[in-house]
Amino acid sequence: MTTDRPAPRVRRSDDHARGVALPGLLWVPAAAAFALIALPVVGLVLRADWARLPDLLLSESALTALRLSLETAAISTVLCILLGGPLAAVLARGRKRWLRWIRPLVLLPLVLPPVVGGLALLFLLGRMGLLGRVLDTWFGITVPFTTAAVVLAQTFVALPFLVVSLEGALRTAGDRYEAVAATLGASPWLAFRRVTVPLVLPGLASGTVLAFARCMGEFGATIAFAGSLEGVTRTLPLLVYLERETDTDAAIALSLLIVVVAVLVIAIARPRGADGLR
Amino acid sequence: MTDPWLSARVLVRRPAFTLDVEFTAEHGEVVAVIGPNGAGKSTLLGVLAGLLVPDGGEIRLGDRVVTAPGLHVPPHRRGVGLLAQQAMLFPHLTALANVAFGPRAHGVPRAAAEARARELLAAVDAADLAHRRPARMSGGQQQRVALARALAPRPELLLLDEPLAALDVDAAPAMRSLLRRLVRAERQTALLVTHDALDALVLADRVVVLTDGRIVEQGPTREVLARPRSAFTARIAGLDLVPGVALADGLRTADGTTVAGRLDGVAVGEPAVAVFPPAAVSVFAQEPKGSPRNVFPVRLAAIEPRGDVVRLRASAVPGGPGWVDGLAADVTPAAVADLGLEPGMVLWFAVKAAETAVYPAR
Amino acid sequence: MRLRALAVAGVLLLLVGCGQGSGGSTGADSATLTVFAASSLRDTFTTIGEHFEATHPGTTVRFNFAGSSDLAQQIVQGAPADVFAAASDTTMKTVADAGRTATAPALFAKNALRIAVAPGNPKGIASFADLARPDLKVVVCAEGVPCGDAELKIEAVTGIDVQPVSEEPDVKSTLSKVQSGDADAGLVYVTDVAAAMGTVEGVAFPEAEQAVTDYPIAVVQDSGQAALAQEFVALVTGPAGQTVLQEAGFLAP
Repeated sequence: MTTDRPAPRVRRSDDHARGVALPGLLWVPAAAAFALIALPVVGLVLRADWARLPDLLLSESALTALRLSLETAAISTVLCILLGGPLAAVLARGRKRWLRWIRPLVLLPLVLPPVVGGLALLFLLGRMGLLGRVLDTWFGITVPFTTAAVVLAQTFVALPFLVVSLEGALRTAGDRYEAVAATLGASPWLAFRRVTVPLVLPGLASGTVLAFARCMGEFGATIAFAGSLEGVTRTLPLLVYLERETDTDAAIALSLLIVVVAVLVIAIARPRGADGLR
Repeated sequence: MTDPWLSARVLVRRPAFTLDVEFTAEHGEVVAVIGPNGAGKSTLLGVLAGLLVPDGGEIRLGDRVVTAPGLHVPPHRRGVGLLAQQAMLFPHLTALANVAFGPRAHGVPRAAAEARARELLAAVDAADLAHRRPARMSGGQQQRVALARALAPRPELLLLDEPLAALDVDAAPAMRSLLRRLVRAERQTALLVTHDALDALVLADRVVVLTDGRIVEQGPTREVLARPRSAFTARIAGLDLVPGVALADGLRTADGTTVAGRLDGVAVGEPAVAVFPPAAVSVFAQEPKGSPRNVFPVRLAAIEPRGDVVRLRASAVPGGPGWVDGLAADVTPAAVADLGLEPGMVLWFAVKAAETAVYPAR
Repeated sequence: MRLRALAVAGVLLLLVGCGQGSGGSTGADSATLTVFAASSLRDTFTTIGEHFEATHPGTTVRFNFAGSSDLAQQIVQGAPADVFAAASDTTMKTVADAGRTATAPALFAKNALRIAVAPGNPKGIASFADLARPDLKVVVCAEGVPCGDAELKIEAVTGIDVQPVSEEPDVKSTLSKVQSGDADAGLVYVTDVAAAMGTVEGVAFPEAEQAVTDYPIAVVQDSGQAALAQEFVALVTGPAGQTVLQEAGFLAP
């Protein structure tokens, strides 16, 4: 009965679409960039001792390190979401003026060399550290050399990835839907749960993937703060660093393992490939 | 005499203007707010909804004060609903979930909320859209669902911010009659911001005219639109208006020109406006002989085809009266061809005194 | 000390597969000698370097201090070193087997392990066996690192299982964990304790003699400064260098 016209839909690019052509010159630096990323990995693959690969990857130390890496990265990523999510929301939508000074500080772990970050954590939570001293004397808790320290180090370096991704998505989305929700009777918390979060899930997903990948690859802060002990603190990157002293083939095999795990995570979390923040 | 149900005094200082208004509404009344862009209409709605904090004033809904110095009830506790130009349906929810959102936010159990949602979707002729996502609905469909969503939590006051402005010509009439059925006929207290006199006539009991942050006219819809007192209202109502001072046989404008017309409830010497329909204007290419009354030189500014008449818009000619700016005259398409009308031409408008009413400017 | 680890990574990236780097300058008046030395040699070799520069005007000695195995890897991949001083025979052997040594390696020092503890020895550690106490947090070097291998040898010989809380990638990291107070004891070299200048105290233990580490030095193949390199090696093995080394706690070769 109605003659409503359908709303314009987002079209996938097809072979017939032309539009404005991409300048051909861009392909040259683009190819160079891709080569810079891909060729070292290809180098690893070619250099690997494929005959020994199963033994190297299935050794007890390798499997222990893999399990430790996956467990700590998973916990750290969850921590990043639980802590970084609210931080991103506050930074994107909070109305206090001093927030603009906080925003650049959030990037610190990105800018600091990870080892320096680990040192800083040590000065805070080490046995003689600012907080660590209190924890040790009053509760008998020491943080360095524990798996918890690994999680803390990973969370420290990965938080900015999640916060920045999510904050960007929240800013882009704007708060008009939340205003509508408010006029419908939704309290700020309800609007956050049922409107804000669902609308930024794509941004949250990509931030989570980045954070997880960063956790899997974390080395400097971990070794400076948590130390290196099999089964407790020796994640895959730390094992690679150790193996390279004695058994280069093992180091290469483990490096490839890290690459494969990272690629798997990215593929599972974002199966449509580069779809931006949608 | 009972106090009006809605009483609002709002003061907002903006860089471009200051919004300073005071008005009331009865329970169940629909008040149209019309005014040019930038007059402050959306600001007013924002303050009423609780999304903006005013610089001063007080807003009372029934026996609840929701805005006062030091008091600001947040939007989610006001019971004020909002329907804007853009439907703003939650993209990740179906139509049913969208409409049920309000009741559920108020604590209504899911089953009851969905029942109410279905009821309203049926009322807006969108029952078959219940399980569709907004991305797969047309603009008109989305706006209908948005109306259902705004009505679902039974708001005490409903704010409509140009709800038909983004709809195409086919969808607007259906939406207008929906609003008439569900808002006006149901006695839902509502404030409707619009540019369209037809919306005001169909939907509103009273009209408030807002210009530069101030109310310049208000009253029952038919009255305000039949006897506009400001140039903007006249424009909306499709009439021509000339301000001045009443004379025995008409009106004298600020630059001394006389416009002849019938006096209606105004005394000589009072500030008055002369109002006439565009159909009462005859158009000549040369100054008509014999100097009839109400002949004024104009420059043709625009030609607006309107179905079977053509509306000509005038602008001032150097040496001629300045108040002709914006005046409209209706002619037949044949006349346009005969006179060879083109924008920029100098023409002569002759206004029939018998169809010109002069009444108080107030 | 931490930043050194970063510097290693950076140098590794730059030099691996890069072929000849800038090497020494070939001007007649100025020459640069590049010495790759184990991190435990930092203080002593810096002093020896200054001595060398004083006796060879116009020469600059540039050091790259890192874990021996890292350095060995770099040299094998073609890093532009003139002299290599390693903290283990095995790492020097790696370089020699790859044909990257120009001279036969010469032993120039030995180092023994010592237990580093907080000043005042608050935990009362007196012997190697004490390190197995459950209430102690002990850090050691990882297996594959010369000081770690030495520690494991002592464990094997004494039958004591130390159960460290961390196996650090190099001796300086081990030391710093004791210095910061996060570890109660660390197994480092005598020379490291001496160089720590009071921030840690050393506890000697007799079993250390069972696993003494050899320090060989050699001129690197294809060095652009072969003559200067030989002279540097001579300085290290000669009386002047030996005095410096032994004052720091190294044992005579």
